[in-house]
Amino acid sequence: MAIAYELQCRECGKRYENAPLSICEACFSPLEVQCDLEAARKDFTREKIAQGPDSMWRYKALLPVPEEYVGPTPSGWTPLLRAPRLAKRIGANNLYIKNDAVCTPTLSFKDRVVSVALAAAQTFGFDTVGCSSTGNLANAVAAHAARLGFKTYILVPADLEPAKILNTQVYGAKLVRIDGNYDHVNRLCSQIADRYNWGFVNVNLRPYYAEGSKTVGYEIAEQLGWRLPDNIVCPMAGGSLITKIKKAFKELVELGLVEDKEVRFFGAQATGCSPISVAVKTGADHIEPQKPNTIARSLAIGNPADGVYAARAIRNSGGWAEDVSDVEIVSAIQELAETEGVFTETAGGVTTAVTARLYAHGRIKPDELTVSVITGNGLKTTDALAGVYEVEEPVRPRLTDFEAYFERQKATLGIEELEAIAGGASVR
Amino acid sequence: MSVRVLLPNAFTKHTEGKKEIQSNAANLNDLLTDIETEFPQLKTHLRDEQGQVRRFINFYVNEEDIRFLGNEKYTFKDGDEVLVIPSIAGGSCSCCSYCGQEDCTCC
Repeated sequence: MAIAYELQCRECGKRYENAPLSICEACFSPLEVQCDLEAARKDFTREKIAQGPDSMWRYKALLPVPEEYVGPTPSGWTPLLRAPRLAKRIGANNLYIKNDAVCTPTLSFKDRVVSVALAAAQTFGFDTVGCSSTGNLANAVAAHAARLGFKTYILVPADLEPAKILNTQVYGAKLVRIDGNYDHVNRLCSQIADRYNWGFVNVNLRPYYAEGSKTVGYEIAEQLGWRLPDNIVCPMAGGSLITKIKKAFKELVELGLVEDKEVRFFGAQATGCSPISVAVKTGADHIEPQKPNTIARSLAIGNPADGVYAARAIRNSGGWAEDVSDVEIVSAIQELAETEGVFTETAGGVTTAVTARLYAHGRIKPDELTVSVITGNGLKTTDALAGVYEVEEPVRPRLTDFEAYFERQKATLGIEELEAIAGGASVR
Repeated sequence: MSVRVLLPNAFTKHTEGKKEIQSNAANLNDLLTDIETEFPQLKTHLRDEQGQVRRFINFYVNEEDIRFLGNEKYTFKDGDEVLVIPSIAGGSCSCCSYCGQEDCTCC
């Protein structure tokens, strides 16, 4: 069987055979993968998908991997959680969380894109792979590469969170700290990929890598009982994810797996790095690069590669973009954890805070079915919460001491909390 | 006065394999003229139908995006190193995968 995907220039339409290539040689614009929907139609049915593995590989027929490929890392198929308690807090009635904070093996949605990129790396015969990363991608490449037996070079900004550095090094990857921000790192990787015969997942393998994001969209639709939501709220760094979720929905409609529906897409950024949000708000058809300054380092891409496409996707859908301050990000991390038991990293704080604002501003109506996409785990960015919780004096292991402690606590509580204690935790 | 200009691999098909030139250009517009004079085949690929430099091509001067330095108003200094790097993106397309229309609203 002929391989049912190939590369195509997104601007001039020139087609290319599958290769580690991301730039059109005719117009120097980005290439993307085109999957043959007709070829996939027989394998991409609700029944066959349901029989597939409990991972993103259940959607293999629409991913750019060889037909016989068996994904060795079961990423994806993360929970779609109803979020009634968060919903009540922010004035929503029909809110869901797509929880990629528990995507395996490295606890972010980047496990999905790396799964596809490294399948391509194997196909092209690379023995060394790498990436430029704000952290989550570094973790994912390191883990997947270890399992597949690749040598690995990973370049990151020198000021990356310590947990993300450790979570890369532990897999035996060579981590190179670059004295600059992500945009500097990314540029250097473009030059390295030109010089060395390495497979950089987000440079020369980027067209394949990006297709992995579609699985977030497929899963949302399937987990909603094969229907599309009214709204998607999605964090934006390079801007690829939001466009790929949209592409996934479009493919599902084309294949007749879901009813066609206008889904509105909402983008979330930190104010300290908001080039796409600014473009949406001002109606600009280009991206003004920014110098990032935010605690949401996983979204700190000042010159987002897919920014133009993300802004266009949002506007065409009737959606909007918002950006929030670092203080709001920290509060939103706490709010999501306190209400739904989901501890997300700073990017998830951005998405949650923006979701709340979209309801507050009336851009999303309370009854609309809305999915907030949480892409990473809070255990990786605990430094964002440094100083938020005071360390209390230890209590001596005696009941009288605990009673005294509890009395002191009650004195500091508000009326609502006191009533809750009076009703629930009566003392015997 | 001379600046060193590093070209990406994507250009080499149109530059007979050359990846680097020296230029005496004073600013970005002069530099583009220099590049196009040296590599006439590159011109039609570098610019769109309106003659504008394609928007996915980025210029950096000594590691700084030239847009932060004033773009075409920036005056090159002796010894500057100019990097030309196309953006690498991976999201949705502007000419739609399905209907083939530029700026379509379906994807």
